[in-house]
Amino acid sequence: MRQALLAILLLCPLLALLGCMVISNNMAFYSDAVGHAALAGVAIGVLLGMRDPLLGMLAFAMLLALAVTSMRRYSAVSMDTVIGVTMAFSVALGIVLLSRGGSFAAYSHYLVGDVLTVGQSEIKRLALLTLIVLGLWMMFFNRLLLLSLSRSLASSRGLRVWLLETLFAILVAAVVTAAIPWVGLLVVNSLLVVPAATARNLARNTVGYYSLAVGVSLASGIAGLVLSFYWGTATGATIVLCAASCFALSLAWRRKAGCSYPI
Amino acid sequence: MRGGEKETAEIVCEKACGACCTRLANFSVKIGRRLILDNINLHLHCGEMVALIGLNGAGKTTLLRAIMGEVPHRGELRFIPFKAGQRAPLVGYVPQKLEIDSSSPVTVLDLFCGALSFRPLLLGYGKNCRPQAQKALALVGAEELIQERIGALSGGQLQRVLLALALTPLPDILLLDEPLTGVDKAGIERFYETLANLRRTYDLSILLVSHDLLAVGAVADRMLFLHQGRIECEGTPREVLQNSWVRTVLGFERETVGRLPLPKAKPDLHMARNDEVAG
Repeated sequence: MRQALLAILLLCPLLALLGCMVISNNMAFYSDAVGHAALAGVAIGVLLGMRDPLLGMLAFAMLLALAVTSMRRYSAVSMDTVIGVTMAFSVALGIVLLSRGGSFAAYSHYLVGDVLTVGQSEIKRLALLTLIVLGLWMMFFNRLLLLSLSRSLASSRGLRVWLLETLFAILVAAVVTAAIPWVGLLVVNSLLVVPAATARNLARNTVGYYSLAVGVSLASGIAGLVLSFYWGTATGATIVLCAASCFALSLAWRRKAGCSYPI
Repeated sequence: MRGGEKETAEIVCEKACGACCTRLANFSVKIGRRLILDNINLHLHCGEMVALIGLNGAGKTTLLRAIMGEVPHRGELRFIPFKAGQRAPLVGYVPQKLEIDSSSPVTVLDLFCGALSFRPLLLGYGKNCRPQAQKALALVGAEELIQERIGALSGGQLQRVLLALALTPLPDILLLDEPLTGVDKAGIERFYETLANLRRTYDLSILLVSHDLLAVGAVADRMLFLHQGRIECEGTPREVLQNSWVRTVLGFERETVGRLPLPKAKPDLHMARNDEVAG
């Protein structure tokens, strides 16, 4: 239980912080695709005989990130279509490979996750990943912020748009993939998006936006973990339900406060 | 000549007018196999506002982007300050109206601190950040917007903020690419007035692309007509807009050449205006 709590305390804020920028960049479909495509990553990992398919998942996720940002740069195809097709292909590939011989049930824990599989070494790995991702992200934060505000503004100030986009896509892919064994690929995108969406309803400036998202995600994370323990439900999904209630409250607050701009 | 108006300026081209300029010589841009700009020769003097006009696709935006360094060019691009020497020019750029998400929580202060400092915004505003932003916004009369969200600004307000951003640090040459698309009349007048004041105070070279021929002709010192990648006509706005070939290309009917109004003589911007509201 203690390990599970540590994992939640590390993972939820990390996902919330990146999620804020994912929403600002209108990348929620992309992060959803990365999560679902992990199924193919698992399959590849299993095929290659890895005991822990996490490496296969990460490799596949990086590939996906590069493919999407390259297609954005070099072709005029709509991003929506590209991501949709790529996701459909990856999910199908994963299911086909994993269900061969009727053995899919053995992998279904990737769908909903299992926080109780967290051990000491997994916590250490997660802490290391958090350090690397946050370190890189902070280093480039100002530039990524400008990019999320407007591509042409960023480009006019001399920023390398494609490199920054790719960097961020890779960071998102890494964090989403790392979170899947514990919260499940069906809900990992919600953990990115829902706390950030809640914060967006309430924030008046950038620092407020990111802080509120972290606050909401920590509160939902702890509440969700505890509730899932008592109810015997999947932790990831329970956390998302808590976060969704926060979002509903924030919507009500906005209406009460009379905000006029759309989300 | 312009020395007497320096009282409030901090960084000033300490010189007699005309001795410092940005020079383009044999400047051309080729993208793939297409020659977009051909043999552009241009001097942009300090304190001069030059309007760049032409049809869509003439190469105006490419010229701006090439001066900024975004697009590779052939030929020479040099800034010659009053004190001896030559260097690459420091370029400020005000883009066309940006499509900004109206729900974005980024405030004007966030924008300045993000653009000007290396310290990640999430770890708090840097020490120099706020004073720099306030100074820049004061240049364009937008100090009160500092805590406003970018998405909540009106078109004219946003363009003034972007102008303030482009002026920090103070550039040698200021490029504006149709900066007043979607701005209302009051905003347009206010913007041109601000530009004129800045130009006088800081002796900036300003190159301004606009389709609003009469409005820009009223404030510019010189006008360039760009056609198919070449500067085909150059002179004062009245001269260029009176040129019958230019008028034909721009689509003014031959029969109406005589009847079309020309830009008024430049207004005296020293005159105080009753409706001017500070900030």
